[in-house]
Amino acid sequence: MGHIGGDFSATDILTALYFGGILKVYRDRPADPGRDRFILSKGHCAGALYTTLAYAGFIPLDELDTFMQPLSRLNGHPDRKKVPGVETNTGPLGHGLPVGVGAAIGAKIDGANWRVVVLTGDGELQEGSNWEAAMTAGHRGLDNLTVVVDRNRLQQGDSTANTVDPDPLADKWRAFGWAVHEVDGHDFNALLDAFEGLPLQTGKPTAIIAHTHKGKGVSFMEDKAAWHHKVPSREQMLAAMNELEAGA
Amino acid sequence: MSTLYDCRDAFSDTLVALGESEPRIVVVNNDSVGSSKTGAFRERFPDRLINVGIAEQNMVGVGAGLANAGKIPFVCSASCFLTGRALEQIKADVAYSDANVKLVGISSGMAYGALGPTHHSIEDFAWTRAIANLTVVAPADPEETAQAVRLAAATHGPVFLRLSRMGVPAIYDPTYSFAFGKASRLRDGGDITLIANGVMVTRALEAAELLAVRGIDARVLNMATVRPLDREAVIAAARETGAIVTAEEHTVYGGLGSAVAEVVVQTVPVPMRILGVPGVFAPTGEPEWLLEHFGLTPEGIRDAALELRG
Repeated sequence: MGHIGGDFSATDILTALYFGGILKVYRDRPADPGRDRFILSKGHCAGALYTTLAYAGFIPLDELDTFMQPLSRLNGHPDRKKVPGVETNTGPLGHGLPVGVGAAIGAKIDGANWRVVVLTGDGELQEGSNWEAAMTAGHRGLDNLTVVVDRNRLQQGDSTANTVDPDPLADKWRAFGWAVHEVDGHDFNALLDAFEGLPLQTGKPTAIIAHTHKGKGVSFMEDKAAWHHKVPSREQMLAAMNELEAGA
Repeated sequence: MSTLYDCRDAFSDTLVALGESEPRIVVVNNDSVGSSKTGAFRERFPDRLINVGIAEQNMVGVGAGLANAGKIPFVCSASCFLTGRALEQIKADVAYSDANVKLVGISSGMAYGALGPTHHSIEDFAWTRAIANLTVVAPADPEETAQAVRLAAATHGPVFLRLSRMGVPAIYDPTYSFAFGKASRLRDGGDITLIANGVMVTRALEAAELLAVRGIDARVLNMATVRPLDREAVIAAARETGAIVTAEEHTVYGGLGSAVAEVVVQTVPVPMRILGVPGVFAPTGEPEWLLEHFGLTPEGIRDAALELRG
């Protein structure tokens, strides 16, 4: 179910944000006005977000079994009206960053010190709305805004390089007025160092390009575009669980 | 000839007044400070007007983000670009996310006249009316505009206000009380009902006078809210007057007339005529000329009513 490949490339990033003491979010007060805002722009990776939110105590762990089942609040893409901890409904790509820019402007107007973190895919950056938002964020110097690009180099149908290549990606963000940091998106300590150092530069929004592998942790899924939204057989699922548990 | 008012002035004045009493109100626009008449708001509250440049998808997303931050954003743009360019943001970021965003479509309908069909917004009712959790309102005059703006600000949830720049006479005074989803009966009558909104309301009222000359007593409803539609008023009109003519500055596909017909055919089926732009891109012409070209005049409404009454 869902989009396993991108779930697995993003999981270490989500883990660092939620369990590394980075995001100030509160399971007992999910709508606290002073919370940090995390926005999953790659909404198809709701499975990874729900798992993170469950382990962070926002939803019951056993509810994960209802993922995408009839009438489950755990839709294939997140619904903020149903799931505490979800900030905005995503699914169509290129929506998270503009919303993140708006939230960051709101915090600036109030002189509030909460932060906004938006996680995007890399194929998703082909959506022009991201660059409209990037231009606004750079222009306004929103240093309370961070975008994390899950740079797994694959999109639904092919590699990003064979489709419409986002590279040189760091140069693009810099040209839009952002401070850029590249990191191994599966190196927990490197991710924590990057997040703890936010903002990278006062007066500029930060782009963290996290180099990742789609299907990370499962040998037969890693770096395979087919696993963007392929559903594993029972045998494949068991083999994947064995590999993940061995690697944990 | 009565005085004509640009409803954008009522919008601008109301927004500034609201801004004084409600610090959460902010304005977002797309290099449209002049055309949306939000210059006065910017002058009074410079930090609370966010101009994102010519970037409508970003504009609506930024509005949703400001709502997430606890603001009450009025996202103002030419209606054609707001609804056409950013429709998916309106659907996902605003309506589906239940963001407290007020979308204000300026110069809707054919108000841009000879600038042509790229700038006309005659599909916006159809597009927005199809989206769940979005209130769609086209006020008819300055007083109704001011009240709709105040009510939108005071009510949680997504609203699309469809404003024009075409001059309209004052219909209401401050004793009027606007509510979402409630038709306003401007004229009683039992022979036929004329249902209109926006700039067509005053034309429907004039049509009723022309019909009175012919001995036909027409009821006139201002159906400012297209969604949620006032079903009771439509059913009563069908039952009590037996025929309905709708008139809108919009394509006949999917707008006010369609909304009324959806109720009529499933409750009290009566003969109807739906007046609007008949599914074409308009030729070059100024707004008044275009309304006349498509029969969106008192005489055009009268003739449709006479035809219906046979």
